[in-house]
Amino acid sequence: MIDKKILDQHNLTEDEYRLIVGLIGREPNLTELGIFSVMWSEHCGYKSSRVHLKKLPTSGKHVVQGPGENAGILDIGDGQVVVFKIESHNHPSYIEPYQGAATGVGGILRDIFTMGARPVAVLDSLRFGPLSEPKNRSVMEGVVSGIAGYGNSIGVPTVGGEVYFNECYAANPLVNVFCLGLADKDKIFYAKAEGVGNPVLYVGAKTGRDGIHGATMASAEFGKETEHKRPNVQVGDPFKEKLLLEACLEVMSKGLILGIQDMGAAGLTCSTTEMAAKGGRGVEIDLDLVPQREAGMTPYEIMLSESQERMLLTTTKENVKKVQEVFAKWDLDAPVIGHVTESGRAKVRFKGQVVVDVPVDAVVNLCPAYRRPSRPPAHAPGGGRLPLLPVPSDFNDVFLRLLASPTIADKEWVFRQYDHMVQVNTVLLPGADAAVLRIKGSKKGLAMTLDCNSLYVRLDPRRGAEIAVAEACRNLACVGARPIGVTNCLNFGNPEKPEVMWQFEQVTDGLAEGCRAFGIPVTGGNVSFYNDTEGVSIHPTPVLGIVGIIDDVRKAVSPGFKAPGDVVLLIGENAEELGGSEYLRIVHRLEAGAAPRIVLGEEKRVQDFCLAAIEAGLLASAHDLSEGGLAVALAECAFHGRGHMGCAVELDDPIRPDALAFGETQSRILASCHKPDLDRLGVLAREAGVSLRAIGRTGGSDLVFRHEGRDLIRVGVEEAFRTWKDSLPEYFPVRS
Amino acid sequence: MRFGVVQFPGSNCDFDTVHALKQVLKQDTVMLWHKDHDLKGADCVVLPGGFSYGDYLRSGAIARFSPLMKEVKAFARKGGLVLGICNGFQVLLELGLLPGAMLRNKNLKFLCRHVHIRVENAGTPFSSAAKEGRVLRIPIAHFDGNYYAPPKTLAEIEKRRQVVFRYTDAAGNVTEAANVNGSLHNIAGLMNKGGNVLGLMPHPERASEALLGSEDGRILFESLIQSFGSRRGRGAKARRTKARHD
Repeated sequence: MIDKKILDQHNLTEDEYRLIVGLIGREPNLTELGIFSVMWSEHCGYKSSRVHLKKLPTSGKHVVQGPGENAGILDIGDGQVVVFKIESHNHPSYIEPYQGAATGVGGILRDIFTMGARPVAVLDSLRFGPLSEPKNRSVMEGVVSGIAGYGNSIGVPTVGGEVYFNECYAANPLVNVFCLGLADKDKIFYAKAEGVGNPVLYVGAKTGRDGIHGATMASAEFGKETEHKRPNVQVGDPFKEKLLLEACLEVMSKGLILGIQDMGAAGLTCSTTEMAAKGGRGVEIDLDLVPQREAGMTPYEIMLSESQERMLLTTTKENVKKVQEVFAKWDLDAPVIGHVTESGRAKVRFKGQVVVDVPVDAVVNLCPAYRRPSRPPAHAPGGGRLPLLPVPSDFNDVFLRLLASPTIADKEWVFRQYDHMVQVNTVLLPGADAAVLRIKGSKKGLAMTLDCNSLYVRLDPRRGAEIAVAEACRNLACVGARPIGVTNCLNFGNPEKPEVMWQFEQVTDGLAEGCRAFGIPVTGGNVSFYNDTEGVSIHPTPVLGIVGIIDDVRKAVSPGFKAPGDVVLLIGENAEELGGSEYLRIVHRLEAGAAPRIVLGEEKRVQDFCLAAIEAGLLASAHDLSEGGLAVALAECAFHGRGHMGCAVELDDPIRPDALAFGETQSRILASCHKPDLDRLGVLAREAGVSLRAIGRTGGSDLVFRHEGRDLIRVGVEEAFRTWKDSLPEYFPVRS
Repeated sequence: MRFGVVQFPGSNCDFDTVHALKQVLKQDTVMLWHKDHDLKGADCVVLPGGFSYGDYLRSGAIARFSPLMKEVKAFARKGGLVLGICNGFQVLLELGLLPGAMLRNKNLKFLCRHVHIRVENAGTPFSSAAKEGRVLRIPIAHFDGNYYAPPKTLAEIEKRRQVVFRYTDAAGNVTEAANVNGSLHNIAGLMNKGGNVLGLMPHPERASEALLGSEDGRILFESLIQSFGSRRGRGAKARRTKARHD
């Protein structure tokens, strides 16, 4: 009855099927097979990644909860914790951009509030194909609207993130959503079913046929038939989620529930079996009691539906009524659909018949882990060494072209569609190096950033991953925050390709190394494989979400220049590096060369110096050098400054001028200080063993970059600003 | 003075408004639940921003049917102070307490950013602490803030000086570029004929602390507190006694 064709439809191999038969002691029926197929999918079971993820450091003094739960938890002092995680919603966002992205936000929010935390910030890392293609524009427009539509409505601010463009994302856009919540340390909730006989309640939206096999879909490559998968994408209802959020937080604060789990990927299947497995118990539910949106649904459909805005919770018999009263206040039903058992099995009834009876441990914990074959690519990506490149004759032109490049250009068109101020905590507006929130009732601030330059990772996966960690931490250092923990979203191609698996191994090595260098634990994350369309994989894209603390949030520093006559400072050293730069991509049409060099110890010294200088109140501004190098960083500091303040700098490094202006050498920060503070900064830098140079002054209405006694770049700030500001909106003309 | 902040199930600036009033301005502030019929003795009712009942139909369209809105309507008719912020403004329009309607923003996108608004009429309980012509920097965050009213109504509104705030540039000039959402006559904030009900799209509660970038929004709350103080002297008490007899 279960044949090869059915197994293929479920993305299960014959070996895996034999394993299932062995574990349950008989042939599974179709519903049971469906349950195994989602729980053992790459998306839920991490079967290709698990052996490599073990390398990542997961412990540290702030860690309250590491990987394995809905989200990671870090102690931030004063009896409070932050609960945070990042998730991908790549596949659905390509098929149906608005709903795919919206439900990505909804899903990650539930991961956070299911643990007892109120979500206070969303950030997202978005990657699209070039905007010259109408299809890419429509995907981007839909994704941004979807994030806005969901996040704005529920009232969680979208405070930052990144938007990145590359050809490799044209048929495989990436939508990675990060959420952070705040909770009291003594009020954390887990997905555990405890206490035999305790009732299991279903709350939230009714179950429909949407999203069946979403997790399985995300565990296979896309081909030409992708369009047909649209029904697999769920539809979001942010208002319902808002009700669910408030009601769940209310029953939690009143101490009325024992365990709770959201129904995300694999819906009812995942929540019931995981809660039972984590509590070391079993669970029995009756599908006739599950609220259903449409008639005639089969047990298979009910168990595998990924309808949004649903949660499963357990409480005591005494508290059922009180729980239901709270949900009724928020106009939500909370029927009892089953109870916790001693058996260690998940038993599901439907119209009086037992339709599922499987050991929860097998479903949740015994998914096979694979060490898939890996092999470095035969040819170095991008062809290895760079050809001899001419130095451009007109640097002004190159400079403006870089400012207009969508990856570098102003992202206000995106973030003004997001409510980034609701909850009144946003201290630094989007566009700063990192998002900064105050914590009400305390002096402290929280900083968050998402980062990954996937071109570096493609050129050198291990080094690229180290840079991703270093740069995310540098973002935090620039606002004055110390990093305390990491979540990551590892977006890769098909793991069955040895070259992709090799990238994955290298990247996890690099991440482990990077995180250890900064002493930051990884508290969880998400792996998204199979980002291939018609056989072409994306650049390996490990997006890092790093959280930091600022002891006194009033000291947070923004990137913009503050006053004319301030001294422009370069922290860190220049080098002649062009590999992997945006300059090469835009001007020479090359994705090639070596990724920039990174020495983690050196990087750490630069960041520690920046933090100490901010702590001492000596820096007026600080900005990380990244895509577009020094010239672009200077421009951004001018644009963020009051009244678009110009600046003039002069450098005499004996390197190619294009590498000096646009190269992306790591471990550098562009800062500014008031003149009287320069001496103290010099002393601090010498003590720290960090290179600090005064390279110019702020002020005037031009951006001037001089090299060896002549103007390399001289452009009016206003002209440069318009180029940078208008680039994205021009791709999206208003049709009113 | 006691502020009552209405909580619809989809309100999301309710806590922010309570924070501004209670923590920042140190005012007696209570939350009012949409299913109740009780204004809990509030001297000023604030309808906060958010998505009242999801607003899938039309912003504020369902909210007007909520039990509490019956009370708010009666309170406003008796001269009680009512402030609608963003979604609260939309609800006041749907309730018929303010004239006109909201259309989608002219660029058809949600817009969250700081804007400048000019105080057009400082002789109101919502603006008395400001000088006429003062320019305030306050954020907006909305999809439907494009104010519309038929020409006759609009003329009447202008004649009666019901426009309290207008979108301008930083220097206070009423320009098309400063009109972020496309509102007729750059209208950002509007009061009723009686001068006791105000709706505005910008969020004063988001501009009440220097740490968050602007304190200009406080002027609204401070005006209310001041004018309530002097109003109370003049006969708010009488009004309340009368209310009990109604």
